[in-house]
Amino acid sequence: MVPKAEFTSYYGKPVLNPPVWKPLDIAGYFFLGGLAGASSALAAGASWTGRPVLARNAEVAAVGALGLSMAALIHDLGRPARFVNMLRVAKPTSPMSVGSWLLAAYGPMAGATALSTLTGRLPRLGRATGTAAAALGSAVTTYTAVLIADTAVPAWHEAHRELPFLFAGSAAAAAAGLGLLTAPSAETRPARVLALTGTAAELTATALIRRRLGMVAAPYRTGRPGRLLHTAEALTLAATATALLAPRNRPLNALAGAALLTASALTRFGVFHAGLASARDPKYTVQPQRERLEARRRGAVVPGPGSAGGAAEVGQEAVGGGGVERR
Amino acid sequence: MGFFTDTSVCIGCKACEVACKEWNAIPEDGMELTGMSYDNTVGLGASTWRHVAFIEQRKPVSVGPDTDVLGISPQGAVTPGREEGELRWLMASDVCKHCTHAACLDVCPTGSLFRTEFGTVVVQEDICNGCGYCIPACPYGVIDQRKGDGRAWKCTLCYDRIGDGLEPACAKACPTDSIQYGPLDELRERAAARVETLHDAGVQEARLYGADPGDGVGGAGAFFLLLDEPEVYGLPPDPVVTTRDLPSMWRHAAVAAAGLLGATALACLTGRRR
Repeated sequence: MVPKAEFTSYYGKPVLNPPVWKPLDIAGYFFLGGLAGASSALAAGASWTGRPVLARNAEVAAVGALGLSMAALIHDLGRPARFVNMLRVAKPTSPMSVGSWLLAAYGPMAGATALSTLTGRLPRLGRATGTAAAALGSAVTTYTAVLIADTAVPAWHEAHRELPFLFAGSAAAAAAGLGLLTAPSAETRPARVLALTGTAAELTATALIRRRLGMVAAPYRTGRPGRLLHTAEALTLAATATALLAPRNRPLNALAGAALLTASALTRFGVFHAGLASARDPKYTVQPQRERLEARRRGAVVPGPGSAGGAAEVGQEAVGGGGVERR
Repeated sequence: MGFFTDTSVCIGCKACEVACKEWNAIPEDGMELTGMSYDNTVGLGASTWRHVAFIEQRKPVSVGPDTDVLGISPQGAVTPGREEGELRWLMASDVCKHCTHAACLDVCPTGSLFRTEFGTVVVQEDICNGCGYCIPACPYGVIDQRKGDGRAWKCTLCYDRIGDGLEPACAKACPTDSIQYGPLDELRERAAARVETLHDAGVQEARLYGADPGDGVGGAGAFFLLLDEPEVYGLPPDPVVTTRDLPSMWRHAAVAAAGLLGATALACLTGRRR
């Protein structure tokens, strides 16, 4: 057991410069991008299994959500006119660069699929682009988790294993919610099953984050982000239960769908604000690092945060000397 | 090339802050009085590339085994019978660390941040599109977005000056040589010798910060001699470049994305109409 490290800071000022991303733009994008991506996946499945209305609605929703996403992303740039600089390079070390290219590939696929369905033209091409949109869309739902985890923000970085599953689950629940809200009862069964699996993934990932992160998990439990997440969890559970218990009740299904969409948005805002809270308070930065240092000084080999997966990059030693050298 | 900042000789004159502003034509960063001792710039940011921290603390000053306690007592370093110790003032000029493994550079989606031929990390302001990703990526809280401008700014280690064989403006202006500029190997040797000297003089708490190439950022291009724990100065005790865990993150995201595809397919198949 590591002894409780004494916490000191410089006038209580944060060690990190907290993110300057606007919550409505970026947390909003996480929700909309997830909704779009998972809707494309659901649309492809619905289309292959003969549920035309569900497929069409999900395809149109994907395009709509994606359009809003792009607007939010460009609006958040300090220099929106330089948006195209995103496509200047392709960098696998930058999740934002990977995401930009992913969106650039996914957008046209989702658009072509919806266009083919709405006009009834080129149905075979529409199926092909629909399949591509499903694959790319799934990646769109989870790369955003890597985007925030690949920062020094403690509550995001330390949760880098769970966040992709949390985001995928939340996206699945959102797409299922949209299906429940807009499709006729005869076609909503996949949406109900997807709501169940999505909710299960989301709740499990959140529980794991709260259990595994130690003191850094506090923002996921308390304060404004804690309230957002707890509300989202209750809403998701209630909505999924409603949809499963009353499969033939159209108004109740629509209500559950709307609740799932709201809960997914709340989840993203909750995770976003948990990160902000952990970046603003220096204790979340200093205390875990101090404990790591103390453990290493006592001779135990303790890898850095979250490097257990053999994640050391070439040329970067996972375990080095301390940040401070004593003689 | 890099910086060695020896905080044991910093006198808090802020000449480095002023010289940096002058040379790099950085706009003002607020004219408020913070009440944080003599520190009115608070921390590094888009318009503060050198920041002098002022720490006022009462601390029992450590004494080495060979220290002549009576000899140093007239300097007021040790007052017997007083547990709290004398009031002391720590001053330190902070700056961008120009990490060997720089997270800001890794995550920059436009290629605006790049590694120079001097091993330093610089933002190309004509390419930065203000996405803000570098800001939370920095484990030290160095780089930030300038309000009204939208782009990210930080210390360039005076890229324009060192290219002409000059030393950076802050090092040039420092009256006590607290800020030293030069090849990192040379600076590390000099720093180690300085720590030795201070230990011999009884300053046991002297230690180097960021000088070890084996640390979480592969060694900092700007390292420090500190007289207390790093967090006292607002520095992280054990910073790690976030992209070290990126391969693991991508793997988890790939599994999650595949899981989503599988779950959707399954949802559609299990509910298949007869």
